[in-house]
Amino acid sequence: MSLSSKVTKMQQPTHSPAVLLEATHVRKMYGDEKRTKHGEIQGVLVLDDVSLQIREGEFVAILGPSGSGKSTLLRILSGLIHPTAGTVRYRDALVMGPDPHLAIVFQTFALFPWLTVLENVELGLEAQDLTRTQRTKRALAAIDTIGLDGFEDAYPKELSGGMRQRVGFARALVVEPELLFMDEPFSALDVLTAENLRTELLRLWREGRIPTKAILMVTHNIEEAVQMADRLVVMGHDPGCIRAILNGVPLADRLAKTPAHEHLVDLVYTIITQPDEDAGTIMAAQDGRKEQPVGPTATPKPSGRGYQSLPHIKIGAVNGLAERVQRHDGREDLAVLGRELQMELDDILPLVEAVELLGFGEAMEGDLILTDAGRRLAEGDELQDKEIFREQVLSNVELIRQMKEALDRAEDHEIQEDQILEQLEEYFSPDEARRQFETAVDWARYAELFAYDGASGLLYLEDAAPTSTQ
Amino acid sequence: MAQVYLPERSEAQVRPPRGPIQTRRQNDATPTQGQRPGFADAIVIIALIGAVALLVTAASRWTAEQNPAIHISLQPIYLPLYAGLSLLRMMLAYLLSLAFTLIYGHIAATNRTARRFMVPILDILQSIPILSFLPGVVLALVAIFPHSNIGIEMAAVILIFTSQAWNMTFSYYHSARTLPVELREAAMVYRLSPWRRFIRLEIPFAMIGLVWNSMMSWAGGWFFLMAAEQLQLGNRSFQLPGLGSYLQIAANAGNGGALLLGLFTLVVLIVLLDVVFWRPLVAWSDKFKFESVRSTEAPESPILDLLRRSTIIEWFSLHAAQPGSEWINRQIDRIFHNQSASMPSDESTPAPITYKTVIGWGIGGIIAVLAMIGCLLALHALAQISLLTWGTLGVDGFFTLMRTVLAMTIAVLWTVPVGVKIGMSPTWSRRLQPIVQVVASIPATAFFPVLLIVLFKLPTGVGINIAAIALMLLGTQWYVLFNVIAGAMSIPSDLREAADIYRVSGWRRWRTLILPAIFPYLVTGLITASGGAWNASIVAEVVQYNDKTIATPGLGSAIAQAAANNTPSILLASTLVMAFIVVFINRMVWRRLYQIAERRYTLG
Ligand SMILES: Nc1ncnc2c1ncn2[C@@H]1O[C@H](COP(=O)(O)OP(=O)(O)OP(=O)(O)O)[C@@H](O)[C@H]1O
Ligand SMILES: [Mg+2]
Repeated sequence: MSLSSKVTKMQQPTHSPAVLLEATHVRKMYGDEKRTKHGEIQGVLVLDDVSLQIREGEFVAILGPSGSGKSTLLRILSGLIHPTAGTVRYRDALVMGPDPHLAIVFQTFALFPWLTVLENVELGLEAQDLTRTQRTKRALAAIDTIGLDGFEDAYPKELSGGMRQRVGFARALVVEPELLFMDEPFSALDVLTAENLRTELLRLWREGRIPTKAILMVTHNIEEAVQMADRLVVMGHDPGCIRAILNGVPLADRLAKTPAHEHLVDLVYTIITQPDEDAGTIMAAQDGRKEQPVGPTATPKPSGRGYQSLPHIKIGAVNGLAERVQRHDGREDLAVLGRELQMELDDILPLVEAVELLGFGEAMEGDLILTDAGRRLAEGDELQDKEIFREQVLSNVELIRQMKEALDRAEDHEIQEDQILEQLEEYFSPDEARRQFETAVDWARYAELFAYDGASGLLYLEDAAPTSTQ
Repeated sequence: MAQVYLPERSEAQVRPPRGPIQTRRQNDATPTQGQRPGFADAIVIIALIGAVALLVTAASRWTAEQNPAIHISLQPIYLPLYAGLSLLRMMLAYLLSLAFTLIYGHIAATNRTARRFMVPILDILQSIPILSFLPGVVLALVAIFPHSNIGIEMAAVILIFTSQAWNMTFSYYHSARTLPVELREAAMVYRLSPWRRFIRLEIPFAMIGLVWNSMMSWAGGWFFLMAAEQLQLGNRSFQLPGLGSYLQIAANAGNGGALLLGLFTLVVLIVLLDVVFWRPLVAWSDKFKFESVRSTEAPESPILDLLRRSTIIEWFSLHAAQPGSEWINRQIDRIFHNQSASMPSDESTPAPITYKTVIGWGIGGIIAVLAMIGCLLALHALAQISLLTWGTLGVDGFFTLMRTVLAMTIAVLWTVPVGVKIGMSPTWSRRLQPIVQVVASIPATAFFPVLLIVLFKLPTGVGINIAAIALMLLGTQWYVLFNVIAGAMSIPSDLREAADIYRVSGWRRWRTLILPAIFPYLVTGLITASGGAWNASIVAEVVQYNDKTIATPGLGSAIAQAAANNTPSILLASTLVMAFIVVFINRMVWRRLYQIAERRYTLG
């Protein structure tokens, strides 16, 4: 049975619901002031040509790897920041600033530590022309709804994470927003607390106990997105864009792990772990299904950087993953892996990326498959691992190869870190350049390719300058 | 005199004695209704009566016929009155500093154009010693109020202000610039008006740093109290009734008994202030700490608990303060009605031109014109200064530099071992920190004359030089000590245990563990202390004792004498030289050291 036909059936009311919020051809550049060595002005393109509609009655989830601009998109949609190009309209009116009909729940809760729970919730109402009594009354009602009774006079730091996020929800709901935005609202909570809060939010929402007309949620958790959302927006990076918009599974399939549910989770994994494939092709290829994405899909453009970007992963994790997959005969479903290791996208994606980049494995159809090198790595002992790793790094990692070559060429077999950093800063922001450098050094040190002295910022070949190690 | 670039780092220093976890807060915050007026209320009433009496006395003095050099009696009976008057001056100056801090700091933090000028100006202002402001302030105010004492009183208040305001402003500016992104966004999403954002977000976030810097500012104010209450301007001399004048007169008269009594009064006053004002304030401000878990050692204050139990205060808060502030907030919101939160101005898109921008540019223009006129006048004055004088000032600068270097070296030599000892031992730091705090806020200038009795037995040149360095040291070593203690306390216990296990001891322990760990703190302390030492040079290099004035060559004495002789051009030149040297050293030495400290030696 085709998934999409089911979805279409339940999502096709007699008339299409009104569009609440619409973004058209939104682009966002950051850091236009950054200049490269050659003096040309270079901004980092964070969002490229993003168009998205949010309709009444919808729960939309945005998924994607770290740095794909999910938070940026959410902030543009909410009017917190200006897009560089393109427009955002709320009920046909151009959004020029934070809208009174909108509330945001933050990942870090964003509570004011010096205000009590009640005062924090009342804060949401301060901009409205209410008397003090009215304000308090409404705040108390919201506190009641969200299950915070008895904590009115507590300060946030006295509460547990789950309770704090409840305050965040109460503060958002007290303004009776038409649009509720959430940026990874559950990711700072432990698994059970998150589950608990999710269920309660869903109940309030589905039972219509809150006046909210649409919810937009950014998340790293694919299961969570499938469990909650009517529509899933999958984003890709370099530059950030929408790769696919998928319909959610029917309500009945959301909580139970039905095939439709599993299938969608798998599909999202597949799309996200194959950043260079066209999302439409992937979907067509999956089990030969003919379904089409409901929204536009975009073929990712060739990476905007023109330079290989290293995922910031410690070697031990790569080794551990290889060993685990090897125990499953060299092939394992990423969705299962994520669930069992309790890793969300922002943990698992860089890891898979590292495994692929080093040639230890390949992500295919939502599975991770080990290559020959990967199998050898999983089976080898410490010394063999280093040997294999050294080979793979040298043949796959451009940056490390260049550093090694430079060291070989250099007179004392020494170079200053600034030399490498400067070069990296042509492609990355200074912070990211630093992180790239550190990851490369970490990998190279493990592979015993060269050494690095943090205090002096000196890279050197081990045998060339054995005395300067500290 | 106090300079702080990173108040957060120094927070550990303000922590008064720790107690058990505060569990009574909820009860304290909402005292049980219908409590009978009790002990707490009696104290509140007595305090109110005392304050009113002091205000009435002071007001009658201010409005009285002008008497620039009132007679100061050394009779002990007058001491409480003098102490009260000095305290009032300090408070007014502090309120002025606070208002200045909030306005200047807020504008500098939120207005990108203004920031470019305001921050460097602040940097220069804090390098200018109090006496350099003297002629301008005094002459202007006495001219405005020629017949009453109010002009001179205001001049004293403003002079104290110039020793209090700058570090507070820096701290506030720094906090306001580093507001957590998510709180800023929350304030925007919930569309707090600029005013409410200011009082709900900006001020609370800056509170801890502000309280800490306020304590430092008070210490700075006391330090220069004598200079502010006794002014010599050419052939005119001004003298205000107060503790500072009392001490100075006692010293001039060589009256040791009166000197000690005055000193005792000052110490009592400072300890009292610490107990009834700073401790409660610090305990109260603990809720503004930006942390996600409550620290187990929250500062406590019995006085604060007492106040929270007071029925009068509770009634006042419930029926006057809360509705009152609500009303004020509404009115302010109404006035600035059309300025609700909009997108941040730091975005790349140009802000639309509003009446606000026009007014801003208008004010900016006026300030620019005034500044230009000021510069022209200054240039005119400077043109009269001979090359020889410049040369002398340069040499003076070198002498003062040598003195500050020496003072800092001595400070480091004794504070590092002592501070590390205190900081590494929880018992000692708990016991000593509050005491050290009070000792640090007792102005060295006050017991300086006592020191002089001894030093003047030595040959003049030697005595005054030792005295000058001693005063610089006494006034500023505490910042170094505080920071070293905080640094030593911050060494993680696992590192210390590791050092124990691997038997790292002696010099190696210092080199590998202690010195790197305290280095950033030490630099922070030294930045504050060296700035303070330069400012202190104006009172350290010129000394009045037994009706004699003894000076030693130096930039501080050059400024003091230029102010006393009322030679504005020399005053201007010497001030410029000092500001230049201080700013130069800050930029070239301290900033760099600080950056190295941040990069290399930050733990964690
Ligand atoms: N203020 C800023 N200035 C410069 N670059 C920024 C800024 N904010 C975000 N970026 C960059 O924009 C890109 C997208 O950031 P964004 O936070 O939107 O990603 P995200 O998808 O939410 O990532 P995550 O999953 O880690 O939250 C990142 O590469 C980030 O470094
Ligand atoms: Mg994000």
